[in-house]
Amino acid sequence: MQKLFLAILAVVGLTFHAVASDGYTVGSSVSDFSLKSIKGKNVSLADYKEAKGFIITFTCNHCPYAKAYEDRIIALDKKYAAKGYPVIAINPNDAVQYPEDNFDNMEIRAKEKGFTFPYLYDESQEQAKKFGAIKTPHMYVLQKDGSKLTVKYIGAIDDNWEDAAAVKEKYVEAAVDALLAGKPVTVTSTKAIGCGIKWKK
Amino acid sequence: MNSVVSFRKYFLLIALGCISLFANAQSSSVILNLAAYENRVQQKNDTLYVVNFWATWCKPCVTELPFFEKAAQTFSQQSVKIIFVSQDAKTRAVQVNEFLKKNNYSSESFILSAGNPNIWIDKIDTKWSGTIPMTLFYKNGTKLYFHEGDYASFDELEKIIHSKL
Repeated sequence: MQKLFLAILAVVGLTFHAVASDGYTVGSSVSDFSLKSIKGKNVSLADYKEAKGFIITFTCNHCPYAKAYEDRIIALDKKYAAKGYPVIAINPNDAVQYPEDNFDNMEIRAKEKGFTFPYLYDESQEQAKKFGAIKTPHMYVLQKDGSKLTVKYIGAIDDNWEDAAAVKEKYVEAAVDALLAGKPVTVTSTKAIGCGIKWKK
Repeated sequence: MNSVVSFRKYFLLIALGCISLFANAQSSSVILNLAAYENRVQQKNDTLYVVNFWATWCKPCVTELPFFEKAAQTFSQQSVKIIFVSQDAKTRAVQVNEFLKKNNYSSESFILSAGNPNIWIDKIDTKWSGTIPMTLFYKNGTKLYFHEGDYASFDELEKIIHSKL
């Protein structure tokens, strides 16, 4: 029995360690950042005085999952920016290994797709590491309370990357809807579905 | 008598046809669901199944595919079976097959299409974040080893396979 308990403890300890060392988790406070936008100037979360929170997406240009989700990310911004939850997109990929993800190509892609939200470049990859993002797209829903920002949801946008028409569960929408209604978020984390972030070598 | 001979001839032709169909099926990717995947890799025999998750768009995956192809030859006298599981969209089966053909990759290959990734990723391995490349080793119906990330060299892969034989 004692052995079993120790085994359980070991497993729990390992799991906790894996989560704890990987950046923000649900409930973490988020510190603001200042990242270069494709529009030329830097963008911070503090710039959004009226926002009630944010839908942050770590994304990029080249990844098929990121591409598959572009229209859905634009739709999220169109639906929720006016309600106080704008989308902020951040590209953390190493442009040396993936030139398609460089700053110039971010500008081109945003124009092509008609991004309605800022597209920021996390050139140092510091924010991706701070957030604990590992994929593109990787979603974070933040709630603002005064100057405090709290993580309320981490993970995937929905349950079907291949086919938007076949989606059954819209995780990000459900989280933001709950926050807007003053209710607790039911599903607070899922596995982000995407390409691994391309870390600098 | 004559008709018996011709029947035999036809039978042979049909048999050959079936074999070539089967051979084609092995080198081109079919789409499997989760249950079919599990049936394929969790067989109760001594074969070591080395199952590599990849996609045509994933650079580190594409870089390490030749290591697996080489391993299939290196271990051809042992019970080792290399299986490629593509994470390409199921609508891209044609492109996946063209890619494999172009590179002369002959290992068994299929595309996994299993619905909500937030359910099937954990079913394949709870330690898996879902990123590729990822490689699993199965023998006798059980999973022996999980490796997320790529292999730096053929030697690295060869060593691991040796240790699991």
